[in-house]
Amino acid sequence: MKAPAFQYARPASVDDACALLAQHGGDARILAGGQSMFATLNLRLSAPSLLVDINRIPALQGITADAEPGLVRIGALVRHAETAASSVVAREVPLVAMAMHHVAHPAVRNRGTTCGSLALADPSAEMPACAIALDATLVLQSRDGGMRRVAAADYFQGLYETARRDDELLVEVLFPSRRPGEVFGFDELSRRHGDFALVGVALRARIDAGVIRDLRLTTFATDPMPVVSGAAARIAEGERWSPALGEAIAAAAVRELEPDTNHAGGPEVKRLQAATMMRRVLAATFGRGAAHD
Amino acid sequence: MNDLLETGVEEAGISFVLNGRPVRHVVPVRRNLVDFLRHDLGLTAAHVGCEVGVCGACNVRVDGAVVRGCLMLAVQVDGLAVDTIEGMNDSGEIAGLQRAFVACNALQCGYCTPGMLMTACELLRQNACPSRGEIRDAISGNYCRCTGYQSIVDAVALAAQGGQP
Repeated sequence: MKAPAFQYARPASVDDACALLAQHGGDARILAGGQSMFATLNLRLSAPSLLVDINRIPALQGITADAEPGLVRIGALVRHAETAASSVVAREVPLVAMAMHHVAHPAVRNRGTTCGSLALADPSAEMPACAIALDATLVLQSRDGGMRRVAAADYFQGLYETARRDDELLVEVLFPSRRPGEVFGFDELSRRHGDFALVGVALRARIDAGVIRDLRLTTFATDPMPVVSGAAARIAEGERWSPALGEAIAAAAVRELEPDTNHAGGPEVKRLQAATMMRRVLAATFGRGAAHD
Repeated sequence: MNDLLETGVEEAGISFVLNGRPVRHVVPVRRNLVDFLRHDLGLTAAHVGCEVGVCGACNVRVDGAVVRGCLMLAVQVDGLAVDTIEGMNDSGEIAGLQRAFVACNALQCGYCTPGMLMTACELLRQNACPSRGEIRDAISGNYCRCTGYQSIVDAVALAAQGGQP
Protein backbone atom coordinates (compact mmCIF):
# COMPACT_ATOMS: atom_id res chain seq x y z
CA MET A 1 0.00 0.00 0.00
CA LYS A 2 0.98 3.62 -0.29
CA ALA A 3 1.18 6.27 2.39
CA PRO A 4 -1.92 8.42 2.86
CA ALA A 5 -1.71 12.10 1.96
CA PHE A 6 0.08 14.40 4.37
CA GLN A 7 1.89 17.71 4.37
CA TYR A 8 5.65 17.83 4.61
CA ALA A 9 7.80 20.46 6.28
CA ARG A 10 11.56 20.67 6.46
CA PRO A 11 12.47 23.22 9.13
CA ALA A 12 16.06 24.49 9.30
CA SER A 13 16.34 24.78 13.07
CA VAL A 14 15.19 23.09 16.25
CA ASP A 15 13.20 26.22 17.11
CA ASP A 16 11.34 26.08 13.80
CA ALA A 17 10.63 22.37 14.27
CA CYS A 18 9.31 22.98 17.79
CA ALA A 19 7.12 25.83 16.53
CA LEU A 20 5.50 23.44 14.05
CA LEU A 21 4.97 20.83 16.77
CA ALA A 22 3.41 23.46 19.04
CA GLN A 23 1.10 24.52 16.22
CA HIS A 24 0.03 21.07 15.00
CA GLY A 25 0.23 19.05 18.19
CA GLY A 26 -0.57 15.36 17.90
CA ASP A 27 -1.44 15.64 14.20
CA ALA A 28 2.26 16.10 13.38
CA ARG A 29 4.96 13.43 13.38
CA ILE A 30 8.69 14.00 13.55
CA LEU A 31 10.61 12.42 10.67
CA ALA A 32 14.23 11.53 11.40
CA GLY A 33 15.13 8.11 9.97
CA GLY A 34 11.53 7.15 9.30
CA GLN A 35 12.35 3.43 9.17
CA SER A 36 9.44 2.48 11.42
CA MET A 37 7.19 5.40 10.57
CA PHE A 38 7.09 4.79 6.80
CA ALA A 39 6.19 1.17 7.39
CA THR A 40 3.20 2.27 9.48
CA LEU A 41 2.24 4.90 6.89
CA ASN A 42 2.46 2.38 4.04
CA LEU A 43 0.27 -0.02 6.02
CA ARG A 44 -2.14 2.86 6.77
CA LEU A 45 -1.71 2.24 10.48
CA SER A 46 -1.08 5.93 11.02
CA ALA A 47 -2.23 9.06 9.23
CA PRO A 48 -0.51 12.22 10.48
CA SER A 49 -1.47 15.47 8.78
CA LEU A 50 2.11 16.82 8.81
CA LEU A 51 5.57 15.25 8.75
CA VAL A 52 8.21 17.49 10.30
CA ASP A 53 11.47 16.37 8.65
CA ILE A 54 14.35 17.27 10.99
CA ASN A 55 17.05 15.85 8.70
CA ARG A 56 18.43 19.27 7.70
CA ILE A 57 19.03 20.57 11.24
CA PRO A 58 22.80 20.54 11.83
CA ALA A 59 22.51 20.98 15.62
CA LEU A 60 21.04 17.48 15.88
CA GLN A 61 24.12 15.78 14.42
CA GLY A 62 27.00 14.21 16.23
CA ILE A 63 28.31 11.89 18.90
CA THR A 64 30.26 13.73 21.61
CA ALA A 65 32.38 12.16 24.33
CA ASP A 66 32.26 14.10 27.61
CA ALA A 67 29.48 16.35 26.30
CA GLU A 68 29.16 16.91 30.02
CA PRO A 69 31.54 15.24 32.47
CA GLY A 70 30.98 11.50 32.24
CA LEU A 71 28.25 11.68 29.62
CA VAL A 72 28.26 10.73 25.92
CA ARG A 73 25.80 12.69 23.78
CA ILE A 74 24.13 11.11 20.76
CA GLY A 75 22.21 13.68 18.73
CA ALA A 76 18.78 13.06 17.24
CA LEU A 77 20.13 12.66 13.70
CA VAL A 78 22.84 10.12 14.44
CA ARG A 79 22.11 7.03 12.35
CA HIS A 80 22.38 3.55 13.83
CA ALA A 81 25.29 2.91 11.44
CA GLU A 82 27.16 5.91 12.83
CA THR A 83 26.54 4.78 16.40
CA ALA A 84 27.66 1.25 15.49
CA ALA A 85 30.90 2.52 13.91
CA SER A 86 31.70 5.08 16.60
CA SER A 87 34.93 4.54 18.52
CA VAL A 88 33.55 6.82 21.26
CA VAL A 89 30.51 4.57 21.69
CA ALA A 90 32.64 1.42 21.58
CA ARG A 91 34.92 2.77 24.33
CA GLU A 92 32.47 4.70 26.53
CA VAL A 93 29.11 2.96 26.00
CA PRO A 94 29.98 -0.66 25.22
CA LEU A 95 26.46 -1.94 25.87
CA VAL A 96 25.09 0.19 23.03
CA ALA A 97 27.90 -0.99 20.76
CA MET A 98 27.06 -4.62 21.58
CA ALA A 99 23.34 -4.06 20.98
CA MET A 100 23.91 -2.27 17.66
CA HIS A 101 24.92 -5.54 16.05
CA HIS A 102 21.30 -6.68 16.49
CA VAL A 103 19.60 -3.51 15.26
CA ALA A 104 17.91 -4.21 11.92
CA HIS A 105 19.81 -4.70 8.66
CA PRO A 106 22.54 -2.58 7.04
CA ALA A 107 20.25 -0.51 4.79
CA VAL A 108 17.93 0.25 7.70
CA ARG A 109 20.84 1.07 10.03
CA ASN A 110 22.10 3.52 7.40
CA ARG A 111 18.94 5.57 7.73
CA GLY A 112 17.32 4.78 11.08
CA THR A 113 18.43 6.85 14.06
CA THR A 114 19.38 5.83 17.55
CA CYS A 115 17.22 8.56 19.10
CA GLY A 116 14.34 7.67 16.78
CA SER A 117 14.28 4.20 18.27
CA LEU A 118 14.05 5.78 21.74
CA ALA A 119 11.32 8.15 20.57
CA LEU A 120 9.22 5.32 19.16
CA ALA A 121 9.60 3.08 22.23
CA ASP A 122 8.93 -0.17 20.42
CA PRO A 123 9.03 -2.87 23.11
CA SER A 124 11.00 -5.20 20.81
CA ALA A 125 13.70 -2.64 20.02
CA GLU A 126 17.18 -2.67 21.50
CA MET A 127 17.83 0.98 22.32
CA PRO A 128 15.07 1.48 24.91
CA ALA A 129 16.41 -1.51 26.87
CA CYS A 130 19.95 -0.13 26.71
CA ALA A 131 18.78 3.32 27.81
CA ILE A 132 17.00 1.82 30.82
CA ALA A 133 19.85 -0.54 31.72
CA LEU A 134 22.35 2.35 31.61
CA ASP A 135 20.18 5.04 33.24
CA ALA A 136 20.41 7.27 30.19
CA THR A 137 18.90 10.76 30.13
CA LEU A 138 16.63 11.92 27.30
CA VAL A 139 16.66 15.61 26.43
CA LEU A 140 13.40 17.08 25.16
CA GLN A 141 12.97 20.54 23.68
CA SER A 142 9.83 22.53 23.06
CA ARG A 143 8.95 25.98 21.73
CA ASP A 144 10.88 29.01 22.95
CA GLY A 145 13.91 26.95 23.90
CA GLY A 146 12.20 25.08 26.69
CA MET A 147 14.34 22.08 27.62
CA ARG A 148 13.78 19.29 30.05
CA ARG A 149 15.63 16.16 30.93
CA VAL A 150 13.90 12.88 31.63
CA ALA A 151 15.55 9.78 33.07
CA ALA A 152 15.03 6.69 30.90
CA ALA A 153 13.24 4.97 33.79
CA ASP A 154 10.61 7.75 33.71
CA TYR A 155 10.61 8.29 29.94
CA PHE A 156 9.27 4.87 28.91
CA GLN A 157 5.70 4.54 30.10
CA GLY A 158 4.15 1.67 28.14
CA LEU A 159 3.56 0.23 24.70
CA TYR A 160 4.85 2.98 22.35
CA GLU A 161 4.14 5.42 25.17
CA THR A 162 6.70 7.86 26.45
CA ALA A 163 6.91 11.01 28.59
CA ARG A 164 7.42 13.10 25.44
CA ARG A 165 4.61 15.59 24.90
CA ASP A 166 3.26 16.20 21.40
CA ASP A 167 4.96 19.62 21.31
CA GLU A 168 8.38 18.26 22.25
CA LEU A 169 11.31 17.10 20.13
CA LEU A 170 13.77 14.51 21.45
CA VAL A 171 17.00 16.36 20.63
CA GLU A 172 19.59 14.02 22.15
CA VAL A 173 20.24 11.18 24.52
CA LEU A 174 22.98 11.25 27.15
CA PHE A 175 24.54 7.91 28.09
CA PRO A 176 26.79 7.64 31.17
CA SER A 177 30.37 6.75 30.24
CA ARG A 178 31.66 3.40 31.39
CA ARG A 179 32.86 3.53 34.98
CA PRO A 180 35.68 1.45 36.48
CA GLY A 181 34.68 -2.15 37.10
CA GLU A 182 31.51 -1.98 34.99
CA VAL A 183 30.58 -4.96 32.84
CA PHE A 184 27.87 -5.31 30.21
CA GLY A 185 25.98 -8.05 28.43
CA PHE A 186 23.54 -8.17 25.55
CA ASP A 187 21.87 -10.83 23.45
CA GLU A 188 18.55 -11.44 21.79
CA LEU A 189 16.55 -14.16 20.10
CA SER A 190 15.05 -13.36 16.70
CA ARG A 191 13.70 -15.35 13.77
CA ARG A 192 16.19 -13.80 11.35
CA HIS A 193 19.30 -11.91 12.47
CA GLY A 194 18.39 -8.21 12.48
CA ASP A 195 14.67 -8.74 12.88
CA PHE A 196 12.87 -7.50 15.95
CA ALA A 197 13.62 -9.52 19.07
CA LEU A 198 11.30 -12.26 20.31
CA VAL A 199 13.08 -11.75 23.61
CA GLY A 200 16.20 -9.80 24.49
CA VAL A 201 18.38 -9.14 27.52
CA ALA A 202 20.60 -6.13 28.27
CA LEU A 203 22.54 -5.93 31.49
CA ARG A 204 24.91 -3.68 33.33
CA ALA A 205 26.70 -4.43 36.60
CA ARG A 206 29.92 -3.78 38.49
CA ILE A 207 32.50 -6.29 39.57
CA ASP A 208 34.08 -5.16 42.84
CA ALA A 209 36.77 -7.33 44.41
CA GLY A 210 35.35 -10.35 42.61
CA VAL A 211 31.72 -9.88 43.63
CA ILE A 212 28.75 -8.59 41.66
CA ARG A 213 27.31 -5.16 42.52
CA ASP A 214 24.40 -3.10 41.17
CA LEU A 215 23.08 -5.63 38.65
CA ARG A 216 20.56 -4.13 36.24
CA LEU A 217 19.17 -7.10 34.34
CA THR A 218 16.81 -5.70 31.70
CA THR A 219 14.53 -7.91 29.61
CA PHE A 220 12.73 -6.61 26.55
CA ALA A 221 10.24 -7.74 23.91
CA THR A 222 8.25 -9.76 26.44
CA ASP A 223 6.30 -6.93 28.08
CA PRO A 224 4.96 -3.56 26.85
CA MET A 225 8.26 -1.98 27.92
CA PRO A 226 11.65 -3.21 29.11
CA VAL A 227 11.60 -4.74 32.60
CA VAL A 228 14.43 -4.28 35.11
CA SER A 229 14.48 -7.13 37.59
CA GLY A 230 14.55 -6.08 41.23
CA ALA A 231 14.82 -9.70 42.34
CA ALA A 232 17.87 -10.26 40.12
CA ALA A 233 19.63 -7.28 41.70
CA ARG A 234 18.88 -8.49 45.24
CA ILE A 235 20.01 -12.06 44.58
CA ALA A 236 23.23 -11.04 42.82
CA GLU A 237 24.33 -8.25 45.16
CA GLY A 238 27.66 -9.09 46.80
CA GLU A 239 27.80 -12.61 45.35
CA ARG A 240 30.54 -14.29 43.38
CA TRP A 241 29.58 -15.69 40.00
CA SER A 242 28.61 -19.32 39.64
CA PRO A 243 26.32 -21.08 37.18
CA ALA A 244 24.03 -21.85 40.14
CA LEU A 245 23.77 -18.12 40.87
CA GLY A 246 22.85 -17.57 37.22
CA GLU A 247 20.10 -20.18 37.50
CA ALA A 248 18.73 -18.52 40.63
CA ILE A 249 18.81 -15.04 39.09
CA ALA A 250 17.09 -16.17 35.88
CA ALA A 251 14.44 -18.15 37.77
CA ALA A 252 13.57 -15.13 39.92
CA ALA A 253 13.77 -12.53 37.16
CA VAL A 254 11.52 -14.45 34.81
CA ARG A 255 8.74 -14.41 37.42
CA GLU A 256 8.66 -10.61 37.19
CA LEU A 257 7.73 -10.74 33.49
CA GLU A 258 4.15 -10.61 32.31
CA PRO A 259 4.41 -11.71 28.66
CA ASP A 260 1.46 -11.27 26.36
CA THR A 261 0.35 -13.87 23.89
CA ASN A 262 1.12 -12.89 20.32
CA HIS A 263 2.17 -14.46 17.00
CA ALA A 264 5.41 -15.65 18.60
CA GLY A 265 3.77 -17.68 21.33
CA GLY A 266 2.21 -17.62 24.76
CA PRO A 267 3.56 -16.66 28.19
CA GLU A 268 5.14 -20.05 28.93
CA VAL A 269 7.11 -20.02 25.71
CA LYS A 270 8.32 -16.49 26.31
CA ARG A 271 9.30 -17.16 29.92
CA LEU A 272 11.29 -20.17 28.78
CA GLN A 273 13.01 -18.13 26.08
CA ALA A 274 13.66 -15.25 28.48
CA ALA A 275 15.18 -17.52 31.14
CA THR A 276 17.45 -19.10 28.53
CA MET A 277 18.61 -15.71 27.25
CA MET A 278 19.17 -14.46 30.80
CA ARG A 279 21.34 -17.47 31.69
CA ARG A 280 23.32 -17.02 28.48
CA VAL A 281 23.92 -13.32 28.97
CA LEU A 282 24.75 -13.71 32.67
CA ALA A 283 27.26 -16.48 31.92
CA ALA A 284 28.83 -14.54 29.05
CA THR A 285 29.15 -11.43 31.18
CA PHE A 286 30.29 -12.86 34.52
CA GLY A 287 31.65 -16.28 33.59
CA ARG A 288 34.81 -14.98 32.00
CA GLY A 289 35.40 -12.38 34.72
CA ALA A 290 35.03 -15.02 37.42
CA ALA A 291 37.64 -17.17 35.73
CA HIS A 292 40.19 -14.39 36.19
CA ASP A 293 39.50 -13.82 39.89
CA MET B 1 15.65 25.82 -0.20
CA ASN B 2 12.00 26.36 -0.86
CA ASP B 3 10.62 28.50 1.99
CA LEU B 4 7.30 26.67 1.81
CA LEU B 5 9.08 23.57 3.08
CA GLU B 6 9.49 25.39 6.39
CA THR B 7 5.75 25.32 6.98
CA GLY B 8 4.33 22.38 5.06
CA VAL B 9 3.56 21.47 1.44
CA GLU B 10 1.85 18.66 -0.46
CA GLU B 11 4.10 18.95 -3.50
CA ALA B 12 7.67 20.18 -3.86
CA GLY B 13 10.27 20.90 -6.50
CA ILE B 14 13.43 18.88 -5.94
CA SER B 15 16.85 18.84 -7.58
CA PHE B 16 19.36 16.11 -6.99
CA VAL B 17 22.13 14.14 -8.71
CA LEU B 18 20.95 10.83 -10.17
CA ASN B 19 23.64 8.43 -11.32
CA GLY B 20 25.99 11.37 -11.77
CA ARG B 21 23.60 13.64 -13.66
CA PRO B 22 21.57 16.56 -12.25
CA VAL B 23 17.80 16.07 -12.22
CA ARG B 24 14.93 18.44 -11.40
CA HIS B 25 11.40 17.29 -10.76
CA VAL B 26 8.21 18.21 -8.98
CA VAL B 27 6.95 15.47 -6.67
CA PRO B 28 3.96 14.91 -4.40
CA VAL B 29 5.54 14.69 -0.94
CA ARG B 30 3.85 11.37 -0.18
CA ARG B 31 5.63 9.73 -3.14
CA ASN B 32 8.25 7.31 -1.88
CA LEU B 33 11.67 7.19 -3.48
CA VAL B 34 11.39 3.83 -5.21
CA ASP B 35 8.02 4.67 -6.80
CA PHE B 36 9.46 7.99 -7.95
CA LEU B 37 12.46 6.27 -9.56
CA ARG B 38 10.32 3.62 -11.24
CA HIS B 39 7.18 5.47 -12.29
CA ASP B 40 8.35 9.04 -12.79
CA LEU B 41 11.91 8.44 -14.04
CA GLY B 42 11.55 4.98 -15.60
CA LEU B 43 14.41 3.43 -13.64
CA THR B 44 12.94 0.03 -12.90
CA ALA B 45 15.92 -1.87 -11.50
CA ALA B 46 14.97 -1.12 -7.90
CA HIS B 47 11.91 -3.26 -7.21
CA VAL B 48 8.93 -2.82 -4.92
CA GLY B 49 8.51 -5.83 -2.68
CA CYS B 50 7.08 -5.50 0.81
CA GLU B 51 6.82 -1.70 1.20
CA VAL B 52 7.60 -2.04 4.90
CA GLY B 53 11.37 -2.30 4.77
CA VAL B 54 11.98 -6.00 5.34
CA CYS B 55 12.69 -7.40 1.86
CA GLY B 56 15.44 -5.16 0.45
CA ALA B 57 14.27 -5.32 -3.18
CA CYS B 58 14.00 -1.51 -3.26
CA ASN B 59 17.55 -0.78 -2.02
CA VAL B 60 19.14 2.28 -3.62
CA ARG B 61 22.14 4.37 -2.65
CA VAL B 62 21.64 7.87 -1.25
CA ASP B 63 24.73 9.99 -0.58
CA GLY B 64 26.87 6.87 -0.66
CA ALA B 65 24.83 4.74 1.77
CA VAL B 66 22.38 1.99 0.79
CA VAL B 67 18.84 2.73 1.98
CA ARG B 68 15.36 1.32 1.53
CA GLY B 69 13.66 3.12 -1.33
CA CYS B 70 10.26 2.34 0.18
CA LEU B 71 11.16 3.92 3.54
CA MET B 72 12.22 7.30 2.22
CA LEU B 73 10.34 10.04 0.42
CA ALA B 74 11.42 11.33 -2.97
CA VAL B 75 11.29 14.87 -1.57
CA GLN B 76 13.96 13.86 0.95
CA VAL B 77 16.65 13.40 -1.73
CA ASP B 78 16.49 17.10 -2.63
CA GLY B 79 20.13 18.24 -2.80
CA LEU B 80 21.53 14.72 -2.38
CA ALA B 81 23.08 12.11 -4.71
CA VAL B 82 21.16 8.97 -5.67
CA ASP B 83 22.69 5.92 -7.33
CA THR B 84 20.67 3.08 -8.77
CA ILE B 85 21.72 -0.25 -10.26
CA GLU B 86 21.34 1.29 -13.74
CA GLY B 87 24.03 3.85 -12.94
CA MET B 88 26.27 1.36 -11.18
CA ASN B 89 25.95 -0.96 -14.16
CA ASP B 90 26.86 1.80 -16.62
CA SER B 91 29.85 2.92 -14.55
CA GLY B 92 31.18 -0.63 -14.24
CA GLU B 93 31.19 -0.39 -10.46
CA ILE B 94 29.38 -3.70 -10.02
CA ALA B 95 30.80 -5.53 -13.05
CA GLY B 96 32.73 -8.02 -10.94
CA LEU B 97 29.70 -8.79 -8.79
CA GLN B 98 27.51 -9.20 -11.87
CA ARG B 99 29.94 -11.68 -13.43
CA ALA B 100 30.14 -13.61 -10.18
CA PHE B 101 26.34 -13.72 -9.82
CA VAL B 102 26.05 -15.20 -13.32
CA ALA B 103 28.92 -17.63 -12.77
CA CYS B 104 27.48 -18.94 -9.50
CA ASN B 105 23.86 -19.05 -10.68
CA ALA B 106 23.07 -16.58 -7.90
CA LEU B 107 20.01 -15.22 -9.68
CA GLN B 108 16.94 -17.06 -10.82
CA CYS B 109 13.83 -14.91 -11.14
CA GLY B 110 16.01 -11.83 -10.63
CA TYR B 111 13.52 -9.91 -8.56
CA CYS B 112 15.83 -9.53 -5.57
CA THR B 113 19.03 -9.24 -7.60
CA PRO B 114 19.34 -5.42 -7.83
CA GLY B 115 18.85 -5.11 -4.08
CA MET B 116 21.33 -7.93 -3.45
CA LEU B 117 23.90 -6.23 -5.71
CA MET B 118 23.42 -2.95 -3.81
CA THR B 119 23.94 -4.66 -0.49
CA ALA B 120 26.89 -6.75 -1.69
CA CYS B 121 28.56 -3.73 -3.27
CA GLU B 122 28.35 -1.77 -0.02
CA LEU B 123 29.67 -4.75 1.93
CA LEU B 124 32.70 -5.12 -0.33
CA ARG B 125 33.43 -1.39 -0.13
CA GLN B 126 33.52 -1.62 3.67
CA ASN B 127 35.11 -5.04 3.93
CA ALA B 128 37.12 -6.17 0.90
CA CYS B 129 37.51 -9.72 2.17
CA PRO B 130 34.41 -10.73 4.13
CA SER B 131 33.95 -14.19 5.64
CA ARG B 132 30.92 -16.22 4.59
CA GLY B 133 29.39 -15.38 7.95
CA GLU B 134 29.87 -11.67 7.33
CA ILE B 135 28.33 -12.04 3.86
CA ARG B 136 25.31 -13.81 5.34
CA ASP B 137 25.03 -11.10 7.97
CA ALA B 138 25.12 -8.36 5.32
CA ILE B 139 22.48 -9.93 3.07
CA SER B 140 20.21 -10.84 5.99
CA GLY B 141 18.11 -7.79 5.10
CA ASN B 142 17.43 -9.01 1.55
CA TYR B 143 14.84 -11.66 0.80
CA CYS B 144 15.46 -14.15 -2.00
CA ARG B 145 12.73 -16.68 -2.75
CA CYS B 146 14.57 -18.78 -5.37
CA THR B 147 18.20 -19.47 -4.65
CA GLY B 148 18.24 -20.42 -0.99
CA TYR B 149 21.02 -17.84 -0.57
CA GLN B 150 23.84 -20.37 -0.84
CA SER B 151 24.75 -19.38 -4.39
CA ILE B 152 24.48 -15.68 -3.54
CA VAL B 153 26.98 -16.13 -0.73
CA ASP B 154 29.18 -18.03 -3.20
CA ALA B 155 28.93 -15.16 -5.68
CA VAL B 156 29.79 -12.42 -3.21
CA ALA B 157 32.72 -14.48 -1.93
CA LEU B 158 33.91 -15.02 -5.51
CA ALA B 159 33.63 -11.32 -6.30
CA ALA B 160 35.58 -10.51 -3.14
CA GLN B 161 38.42 -12.71 -4.36
CA GLY B 162 38.54 -10.51 -7.42
CA GLY B 163 37.07 -13.51 -8.94
CA GLN B 164 36.93 -14.54 -12.47
CA PRO B 165 34.92 -17.75 -12.57
